[in-house]
Amino acid sequence: MSAGRVGVGVLLAALVAAPFVPMGGMRQYIFHVLIQIFVWSFIGGAWALMGRFGLVSLGHGAFLGLGAYTTTLLWNFFGLTPWLGALVAVVLTAALAVIVAYPCSRFQVIGHYFGLVTLAVGEVVRLLIIAERDWTGGSLGLTVRPAGADSLVAVQFADKRVFYYAALVLWALGLWVWHRVDRSMARSAMEAIGEDETAAASVGIHVTRFKIAITVLSAVLTAVGGIAYAQYIAYVNPDTLAGIGVSLRIVFAVVLGGMYALLGPTVGTALTIALAEVLRVVFGITYVGMAETIYGLLLIVFIIFLPSGIYGSVRDLLRRRPRSQPAAPVTA
Amino acid sequence: MIDPIFLAEAAVNGLLLGGVLALLALGLNLIFGVIDIVWIAYVDLVMICMYAVYFLVQVYGWPIWIGSLASVGLGALLGIAVHVLIISPILGSAPVNQLLATGGLLFFLQSFATFLWTTDHRSVRLTLPTLEYGGMFLSFARLVAFAVALLVMLGLFLFLRHTYIGTAIRAVSQDREAMALMGANPRTVYVVTSAVGGALAGVAAALLIIQYSVHPFFGAAFGPLTFMICVLGGLGNMIGAFVAAFIMSEIISIGGVVWSTEMGYVIAFVIFIIMIFVRPGGLFARRA
Repeated sequence: MSAGRVGVGVLLAALVAAPFVPMGGMRQYIFHVLIQIFVWSFIGGAWALMGRFGLVSLGHGAFLGLGAYTTTLLWNFFGLTPWLGALVAVVLTAALAVIVAYPCSRFQVIGHYFGLVTLAVGEVVRLLIIAERDWTGGSLGLTVRPAGADSLVAVQFADKRVFYYAALVLWALGLWVWHRVDRSMARSAMEAIGEDETAAASVGIHVTRFKIAITVLSAVLTAVGGIAYAQYIAYVNPDTLAGIGVSLRIVFAVVLGGMYALLGPTVGTALTIALAEVLRVVFGITYVGMAETIYGLLLIVFIIFLPSGIYGSVRDLLRRRPRSQPAAPVTA
Repeated sequence: MIDPIFLAEAAVNGLLLGGVLALLALGLNLIFGVIDIVWIAYVDLVMICMYAVYFLVQVYGWPIWIGSLASVGLGALLGIAVHVLIISPILGSAPVNQLLATGGLLFFLQSFATFLWTTDHRSVRLTLPTLEYGGMFLSFARLVAFAVALLVMLGLFLFLRHTYIGTAIRAVSQDREAMALMGANPRTVYVVTSAVGGALAGVAAALLIIQYSVHPFFGAAFGPLTFMICVLGGLGNMIGAFVAAFIMSEIISIGGVVWSTEMGYVIAFVIFIIMIFVRPGGLFARRA
């Protein structure tokens, strides 16, 4: 375990020191990719908080979009700083999460049905954003109003390094929340609920309360991720921040990495973003759609051949080896 | 105040759209009922078949009915391909993985269509008349599509009732384990079901291409709606899906005239969410 700790320390030090490494002309691009990986890993981790307990949401775009649009609209129309806007957004997202989660757990909507209900919620948010086009710009999206100069109040900075550190902190925060949930009593309770709700209730677990709590936590973190992404990109669009497309992308990245491991969502997100970037660079704009085509094909192949995710499979392989050695003398 | 004629026209259009939606929902529901997997990419298969009809009819000048038959055949082949290549290796996997595998297919089909045919909207231009009745204007193409959809659904009903394989399909959807004990081969049933489901997608494609233009994101427009109809009717419940298709299409059609297209969908989806809470097993579920 100590070797693992050292490895983590080195990795963290490298990530913190990265902005001071000379990278020449690639600097902006590399930071752009890294920031995206951190933010989407954070969002993936937030999704996995629910997903690992069998609450497979196909509509996290709803929370993402609600968060991003709330802060952006409040800033654009009322000049409210995104810091306070984020507070409003978090409250709204938590409310939406309760509105979805309470009836879902009350009426035992689970499995396929839970997935499809959340999918509908995601589509409702996307369509509402498009329908209110006088405010939101409809499907054309909306640019975050520029503050003119670097401003902490507006959370706008010309230097990508500021966003890099912010995204790194956000990502670490997400891992910490995951770790806390993983070590808590709530985890055992949620696992019991995921296995069999009736049995869990019969041993005194308050099913509804736990489900609502984990959904609200997951939704709020997702909204924070959406706000961070909107502030960084300075542009919001209903198709990239709400609806079925982005919701499925989040789930994909997490399942690809492995949703039962701390770093699973990060590994999956890093791989999907890296893959998308490589394909985009290789095919450029000459073959529109080719990059995404290969992306889709690889996702199918990965899911068929690595059902427990890349990180999960690799970790299982590594764990199996040391265990098989001490077992050998016993049988001999 | 909206002219009652417009409302009546919207109601009739909703009814006509409902026929095609019901066909889609039945195809998806058949597959779900038997194989227990929701094909997220089902409407994207329809999109591929729509392109096939477009190219055969509009570009190569085939008559529409041959193009439609080709679309049915292509749909059946695609259905078998999806089952053999993607579904059967992961039949034992976690439900999330099964859902996501067909979700990957959705990304693949959408972007491959973008790559091959760009994002242009393409439509088959048939010179079909518009009918006028009491001040309402009705498209003849929609009437034809509605009638064909009803006939095909009747055919599906007879197929499931009166053929050996149809009976086997119904048996599997009722009890998977008992079916294998009775000596029937579930694998054959799965492949036939996928082929029938795919063929229904092909029929729907032929009926949709004469009303709407096709583009790579056609599946994204109709896909979520189709799942919701299936769930609203009760997953695996054919009659429920049939009725639910008409309810949803009426809401969308009338809501679209009274407010806006998006609001029509929003209302339909919100009603769907509420209905799931009130009647989780679908419209016609018997309370356990």
